[in-house]
Amino acid sequence: MTYNLAIPAQLMAALGPDLVLMVGAMGLMLYAAWRPESAEHQRRVGFASITVILTTAAAVIWYASSGATASPGVIAVDGFRWACDLIFLAGAAATILLGIESNPRDRVLSAESHVLILFATAGMMILAASRDLMIVFLGVEMMSIAVYVLAGINRSSVRSAEGALKYFLLGAFSTAFLLYGIALIYGATGTTSIPDIGARIVTYSLVHHSMLLIGVGLLLVGFAFKVAAVPFHMWAPDVYEGAPTPITAYMAAVVKAAAFAMFFRVWLESFNLLDGAWLAPIWWVAAATMVVGNVVALSQRNVKRMLAYSSIVHGGYLLVAVASGTSLGSAAFLFYAVAYTLATFGAFAVVSSVSKPGTYATAISDYDGLWTTRPWLAIGFSVCLLALLGFPIFGGAGFFAKWYVLQAAITSPRDLVPLSVVLVLTSVVSAGYYLHLVRVMFMRARPDDAVEPAALAPLTRAVLVSCVGLILLLGVFPNRLAMWARSNALVTSTHPPTAAPPIAP
Amino acid sequence: MQNEFLPLFYTFHFYLFGLIALVGAIVFVTRKSPVAAALWLVVVMFALAALYVMLDAQFVGMMQILVYAGAIMVVFLFVVMLLNLGHPSDLNDMRGKLGRLLAGLVGLALVAELMALTRSEVTMKLVVPPVENAAAGTAGIIGPIAGPLFKEYLLAFELTSVLLLVAIIGAVVLAKKRSN
Repeated sequence: MTYNLAIPAQLMAALGPDLVLMVGAMGLMLYAAWRPESAEHQRRVGFASITVILTTAAAVIWYASSGATASPGVIAVDGFRWACDLIFLAGAAATILLGIESNPRDRVLSAESHVLILFATAGMMILAASRDLMIVFLGVEMMSIAVYVLAGINRSSVRSAEGALKYFLLGAFSTAFLLYGIALIYGATGTTSIPDIGARIVTYSLVHHSMLLIGVGLLLVGFAFKVAAVPFHMWAPDVYEGAPTPITAYMAAVVKAAAFAMFFRVWLESFNLLDGAWLAPIWWVAAATMVVGNVVALSQRNVKRMLAYSSIVHGGYLLVAVASGTSLGSAAFLFYAVAYTLATFGAFAVVSSVSKPGTYATAISDYDGLWTTRPWLAIGFSVCLLALLGFPIFGGAGFFAKWYVLQAAITSPRDLVPLSVVLVLTSVVSAGYYLHLVRVMFMRARPDDAVEPAALAPLTRAVLVSCVGLILLLGVFPNRLAMWARSNALVTSTHPPTAAPPIAP
Repeated sequence: MQNEFLPLFYTFHFYLFGLIALVGAIVFVTRKSPVAAALWLVVVMFALAALYVMLDAQFVGMMQILVYAGAIMVVFLFVVMLLNLGHPSDLNDMRGKLGRLLAGLVGLALVAELMALTRSEVTMKLVVPPVENAAAGTAGIIGPIAGPLFKEYLLAFELTSVLLLVAIIGAVVLAKKRSN
């Protein structure tokens, strides 16, 4: 069926899964506040949140399979939206599963932490759906505000508070860039609707309009902050290090995927026609992110900081897919987001279980000889690290993820071969830190005074096993996922420009 | 323009309130005492509200005074006083006779202007003829704001309320007392 978004009732129907999640989150918010903080209540709310997520996922699948479409309007009803929603929901579920077990260990007892994850995920779903810059802004803020709080949810940790404050201040600063960019784009085109902006750029030949270009530049700065691209990445390592480990995984994987979903939607549906003007900045930001992120990651001695830089680097790889500006690029993004989310959650599940209670920071030396005490943990971690590296076979889906990004870059009508070369070369550099960690686990002796890592809690084990299993499975049978990504890719703005109203005198 | 008074009247007040807003803003950022700075911000808000009214956006002007000068500034001052940042002696910002005299003169001038305007027939000439206001139609001043807000921007409006809810939950989660 086709939703007519001008009618409020049909707009509401088109937002079905989002509403399920928001209503569920609001109900749980009341339930969370009903009883005093305790480990059991936190656990109960956690499981209730999982139920809400599963219900939402069922709604998403039902909408996706019904093949509904919508009239042009503020939100999109298309495969890309549902595909992104499923990735976000899976990530949120994994975060909550990890959180249920690690929160009491970290003395985070507030049950609201799970509710905030639901709200952040609702913001992301809005972001994936939005076809209007105003909705984009509201989605970004709903996601970011919830995540600012989550980053500082552990109030007994000074590092956590420092990271959260940094994140909040820089995030607010970047929001100002985003908003100012949106205002200038509105000033130049007279609309905030994403497809209409693209159409009006053509109709009024605004390609060299300086107000539009400044607006697009500011928008790019705002987006680059959100995806932690160099030179706007400074906040990421501190925030990732200070936040509770499940939240770090959430920020590294899901928040990043949501920011990229918005990036793809905005760029492919409206600014694709500004070819020359935006390609150069994205090119340089992507190249700088890959080079700086990888080189700095080499010198990290803390696993969480290293994984933070690794997540910055993966943002750089995805920027290459954005730069391709094709439908294939967005398909590559969907595949990448799945593989990267699995690998990140697997890796952070291990970090969470190896961390000493009460501290998040795990030095690389804590992993010395992990193979001798916890062989399966070492193997699982290695698979995730190899997936992040993009190693064939043992890295499973990670290899194909990188492959599809490269394919999108090389087949792009824009000349992205130099950028692809940068991607491949920096991937080789990244082997330096991923394989170092693998080497430490397998080839160093376990120090005698090393603390025995606690036995893996059942939910953490479930997350780790399913992530590793899926990485390997998708590495052997990537076809179905690739087809799914291809069929849910964004359609680029090659459509004939719709008639725009005349500019008011 | 309908008569010869309007442009002059308009220009004069535009520069008057513009000047008050600019001076107020500069003084606001240069004050050391937070209480004095907050009060100067109120001056800026009022001047901006006057400018909005001159743009025929009376509703926005009133909201500016009610929300910014009223609610938000009260919260500001509350925080300042709860944290005990302000000292009574700092409140005495207008030191010296000159400052007080100047403030008094500006105030008197505005009051005199109001008195003069209510008594003279100039006011009647300044009323914009209904023809120019036809665009507003029967919806009045608030109609052009309310209409789009609940039609074109319905989703944005509703999402804003969820956004504010998230912000409130976040603030409470971070600030509430720990049970243990």
